[in-house]
Amino acid sequence: MFIPCDRGGGSAAPDFKGFTLLMPAVSVGNVGQLAIDLVISTLDMTKVGYFYTDCLVPMVGNNPYATAEENSVELSINAEVYSLPSRKLVVLQIRSPFIKNKYRPFCETLLSWVKSSKCARVVLLSSSHAYQRDDEQLLGTPLRYLLTPDLEKAVGGRMKELNWKEMEKVAAYPGINNTDKVLHIPGGGITKLLFTESCSEGIQMAVLLKFCSEGDNIPDAFVLVNYLNEWLQLIKSEVNPSSQWKIPSSWRLLFGNGLPPALF
Amino acid sequence: MATFFGEVVVAPSRAGLDEEEEAREETPEDREIRREIEKKREIEVLWSCAEQPLVCSRFIVAIGRNAAAFLSSFILDSVCWEVVGVVKLWNEWCRTSSTTNVLPTDSFCLFYRLISDPTVLLCQCSCYVAEDQQFQWLEKVFGSMQKKDLQVTILSTCPVADYKTQESTLTLVSPFLKALKTKEFQEQVCCPLLEQPNIVRDLPAA
Repeated sequence: MFIPCDRGGGSAAPDFKGFTLLMPAVSVGNVGQLAIDLVISTLDMTKVGYFYTDCLVPMVGNNPYATAEENSVELSINAEVYSLPSRKLVVLQIRSPFIKNKYRPFCETLLSWVKSSKCARVVLLSSSHAYQRDDEQLLGTPLRYLLTPDLEKAVGGRMKELNWKEMEKVAAYPGINNTDKVLHIPGGGITKLLFTESCSEGIQMAVLLKFCSEGDNIPDAFVLVNYLNEWLQLIKSEVNPSSQWKIPSSWRLLFGNGLPPALF
Repeated sequence: MATFFGEVVVAPSRAGLDEEEEAREETPEDREIRREIEKKREIEVLWSCAEQPLVCSRFIVAIGRNAAAFLSSFILDSVCWEVVGVVKLWNEWCRTSSTTNVLPTDSFCLFYRLISDPTVLLCQCSCYVAEDQQFQWLEKVFGSMQKKDLQVTILSTCPVADYKTQESTLTLVSPFLKALKTKEFQEQVCCPLLEQPNIVRDLPAA
């Protein structure tokens, strides 16, 4: 699944042992993916490879993180891997939707790659439909987290210190029986599947998600990436952390082209 | 999402499918139906020449009706080119057959070979290859080739309305050409490269 980039000189495949894998779920508002774009762009991460997969709709374009003429002509596809060895961070970016019936195969292949590359833990950035919140969730913070049992032991305490809110479970049969509770992440894409599979496979995974709706999701992405930063401290969060994230050049024209002058 | 009083609709999301559909456990009947549909949607690549695998040094692929028509009008003729293969597929939008005698208005996917240099292959794909069939198409077509310093050129078209640019597309002079190339392609490209944030998707991207 993972194909390393050929960096020339016969360099060996990158080693991700002990690294944190940061990745998005393709979810409502694409918030996770936008947040990942901010991380890759701000930390100026190097592309180290891509996923050769039939689970995502194919797409290709020129380098979305281009800053100048020289670095703007590298091709970029739908699932690419970036790394920052100094922070033991490896990031997967997913740029297109899943093909029908391919959620499960993708999750299985991904988790098996996580195990074989010996990543220490996985952090999944996601989102969920804001309109499906219950009365209590409508108040307070729109951010939630989830930890697999293996990661709970390691960092559960830190989440309590940060005063973070765990994602609530909902009744499996609302109205009939309120005792059976299940995890429900509407609009979260592969989030629930990946999380439940990680629980059963003993993988250390954290899910960070935000309740949101479709629209201009750039502010949601900033909120989510700052949430992540509270924990992982990827950038110094001094006075105004939002101003320190670098917006990639590919975010231009998200809402259409310029207007025809003849309109006025 | 609530619209007028009393009506609640499921909001369409860029995230794609509602994951509840995917997470539901499959019954044996579901599995059987899914397998039947998968079999129906399988792609078959049929080659009519004896030499397998085909040795290929240049592969030109025209995807979509416009690109296919370009090849028919300017490149292909029955004197220099011979048909060597066809793709048979079915999806909700089109069905192709194994016949090589096609009309321009048909949906088809044919392979031609230059008689004077049999390592030059050309593909005219005017049919729509669905999302779940694109990877299969790729693997089956390229899998049956023996690549020899292979250079691939992909021709396709996109609506001008989809082109993202600072000015309005109304004032753009169209049609216009843009290109994407891998870093291994060292030759001169005949037109400007595709600027961010424009992308290409589906079969040409695959």
